[in-house]
Amino acid sequence: MELVCPAGNLPALKAAIDAGADAVYIGFQNDTNARHFAGLNFDAAGMRQGVAYAHARGRHVYLALNTYPQPAGWPRWQEAVDAAAELGVDALIVADPGVLDYAVTQWPELRLHLSVQGSATNSGALRFYHEQFNIQRAVVPRVLSLRQIAALIESSPVPIEVFGFGSLCVMVEGRCFLSSYATGESPNTYGACSPAKAVEWRETPAGLETRLNGILIDRFEPEEHAGYPTLCKGRFKVEDHTYYAIEEPTSLNTLTVLPELAAAGVAAVKIEGRQRSPAYVAQVTGVWRAALDAYRRNPGAFSARPEWLKALGKVSEGTQTTLGALHRPWQ
Amino acid sequence: MSAPELKLALAPVSYFWPRDVLLDFYTAIAATPIDIVYLGETVCSKRRQMRGEDWLDLARTLRDAGKEVVLSTLTLVEAESELHTLQRLCEQDEFDVEANDIAAVQARQGRPFITGPAINLYNGRSLARFASLGMTRWVMPVELSAHTLADLQAQRPDGLQTEVFAYGRLPLAYSARCFTARAHNLPKDQCEFRCLDYPDGMTLETREDQDFLRLNGIQTQSAQTYNLLPYLDQMRGLNVEVARLSPQSHGMPDIIALFDQVRRGVLSGEEGSQQLARYMSNGACEGYWHGRPGIEAPGQVSSPLPRQQTSAPR
Repeated sequence: MELVCPAGNLPALKAAIDAGADAVYIGFQNDTNARHFAGLNFDAAGMRQGVAYAHARGRHVYLALNTYPQPAGWPRWQEAVDAAAELGVDALIVADPGVLDYAVTQWPELRLHLSVQGSATNSGALRFYHEQFNIQRAVVPRVLSLRQIAALIESSPVPIEVFGFGSLCVMVEGRCFLSSYATGESPNTYGACSPAKAVEWRETPAGLETRLNGILIDRFEPEEHAGYPTLCKGRFKVEDHTYYAIEEPTSLNTLTVLPELAAAGVAAVKIEGRQRSPAYVAQVTGVWRAALDAYRRNPGAFSARPEWLKALGKVSEGTQTTLGALHRPWQ
Repeated sequence: MSAPELKLALAPVSYFWPRDVLLDFYTAIAATPIDIVYLGETVCSKRRQMRGEDWLDLARTLRDAGKEVVLSTLTLVEAESELHTLQRLCEQDEFDVEANDIAAVQARQGRPFITGPAINLYNGRSLARFASLGMTRWVMPVELSAHTLADLQAQRPDGLQTEVFAYGRLPLAYSARCFTARAHNLPKDQCEFRCLDYPDGMTLETREDQDFLRLNGIQTQSAQTYNLLPYLDQMRGLNVEVARLSPQSHGMPDIIALFDQVRRGVLSGEEGSQQLARYMSNGACEGYWHGRPGIEAPGQVSSPLPRQQTSAPR
C-alpha cells in the first residue's frame, strides 16, 4: 500500500519524504485546488524544487487540480495543467470533467488520478472516468464502508486510494454546497470549505461564539475546547434538541483497520492535511510509515500500537478520532 | 402577453411521502400547466413505497395527461443493488432519463440523457464532452450564478438545452449518514422510516433560532426556499429553455400557476413573489443567482465578508 502524504509548502514536502512518504500531493497557490488557503501551496519554482527533492529519493509528487473551473477562470486551470506537465509531476489529481478532458487530450502521457471531489462511489462511475479520461487511480469519498470499499475494488477498472487519516467529510466530497450556501465559497468553486475569511470568533456573556458569515455555528462554555467552525461540525437545534446535528468535530483515523484495508486491496492510503504544519506532516507520516512497514513484515501479527494511536490522537482535530463510515456493517 | 416558450419542469419529489399522498399529489399536478415532470426516488434507496413498475405506471398516466415525463435516478449510488436499479432504469427507452450520478451517464452513453443538478458541469468543455455522449439537457448546479450561466450559455454546444433550478429548497449535500435517523437517535439501518413524518424535511436552526438548513434523510437542503420567479425574463434572455420547480407538500399547484402566470406576462415577478411568500415557510433566498452566499434573501445587501482572518483563541 502506497503512503500518500500532504504538503502545503516545501518544508512539509521534505518532512513527508524524510518521514517515509511514498508520494506527496501538493497544489498551486490559487483556487485550482481544494486547499486554497492564504500563505499555503507552491509556486512554480517551489514545485520544481519539491519535485527534484522527491525524485532524487525515488518518491512521487502528485498535483491536486481538483476544483471545478467556471468559464471566467478556465485559463488558470489550463495553465496549471500545462505547468504541472512541464514540471514533471507524476500524476494530476483532477475532479472536473472539462479539466480531465483537457489534460488527457493535451498531455496523453500524463497520469491522471480521479480526485475525491469527483464523487465516484460506485463501479459505474469509475468505469466512466476510466473509459472517458483514462484515469489510472481513483480516490473515493469518505462515506463508503469497508465492505463497500472491498466490493468496489473487486469491480473497479482502476486501483483505489482511500483516506487514512485527517479531517473527515461526512458529506460526499464534490456534492456539498453547504459552504457556499453560508459564505459564497465552496470546495467546488473556490477550493475552500468554511473559508477563514468568513470566520468570526466572538466573546459573549453566553460564551465564546464561532460564526461563519454571521451564522452562528457553535457556542462554547469556558471549559469546552472551541474548534474551528467547519459548518457541518457545529451544534444546531433540531426539534428543540441542540446537538451535533450533522457530525461531531472528530477526525478520521483508520490505522486500526489497516489489515482490512490491505485485504480489501486498497492501493494507496492518503493522509489529509495540506493546511497543517511540517511537524504534523512528519509526525503522521512517521507513524503510518512504521505501521505499514510493520504490517508488511508480518501481516498476521499486526496490531495498532498504543504509542502510534497516542501520537495520532494528539494531532487530531477535536482530539477525538473515528473510523468514520468504514465501520458501518450496513449500507 | 408573450408566448410561454420557457417550459416549466417539476423536479422529483425529494421527500418520502406515503404512496397515496404521492399519487394524489401527481393527480393534482396532471391538471396544472407544468410541461415536464421528473419522477423517481433520488435521495434514499430505502424508500420503497413505490416500486419500479409503480413509477412506470405513474409516468404513463402523466404522459397521457400531456406531460413530458423523465425518470430520475438515485443521486448517491454506493451499493451494487442500487447500481443495478439505476442500470435497469437507464436501459429502458420508453422515457427520458435524468442522470443524478455519473454511473447513469455511463449506463446511458450513446442514448439521450439529461443531467440533474448534482452532476458537476461547471464549464463549456464539460458541457461539450457530455453533449457528445448524448446529453440533451443539463440542470445547472445550484451554486452557480446568473453571470456564470451567461458565460456557459455562450459556450454551450448546439442543440443542448439548459434547465435552471428556479423554485424550492435547494439540494445542498448528500451523505452516507442519515440525519433524520440521527435526530431520533436511530441507526440508519433501523430508521423506522421516520422521513414519513416530515413531508418537507426537518428544520435545523442555529442556537440563536435562525432557520438554516433542512434535514431530509441523507440529503441536506436549504431551509430557505430559492425563488427565481422575479428572474424568469432574465432567464429567457439567456436562452434558458426550462425552469425547474422542486415539490413541497403544500400549495404546489398554486405555485405552478404563479410561475405560469409570470411566464405568460399576466403577472409581474414581484407580484407573483408576493403571492408566493405564504408558501415559503422559512422565507426566500436568492443569493446564488447573484454570485453571493446562497442564503441571502431578496434585496438583502449583505455586508462584504471580512477579509482579515481573526486569530483563534486556542
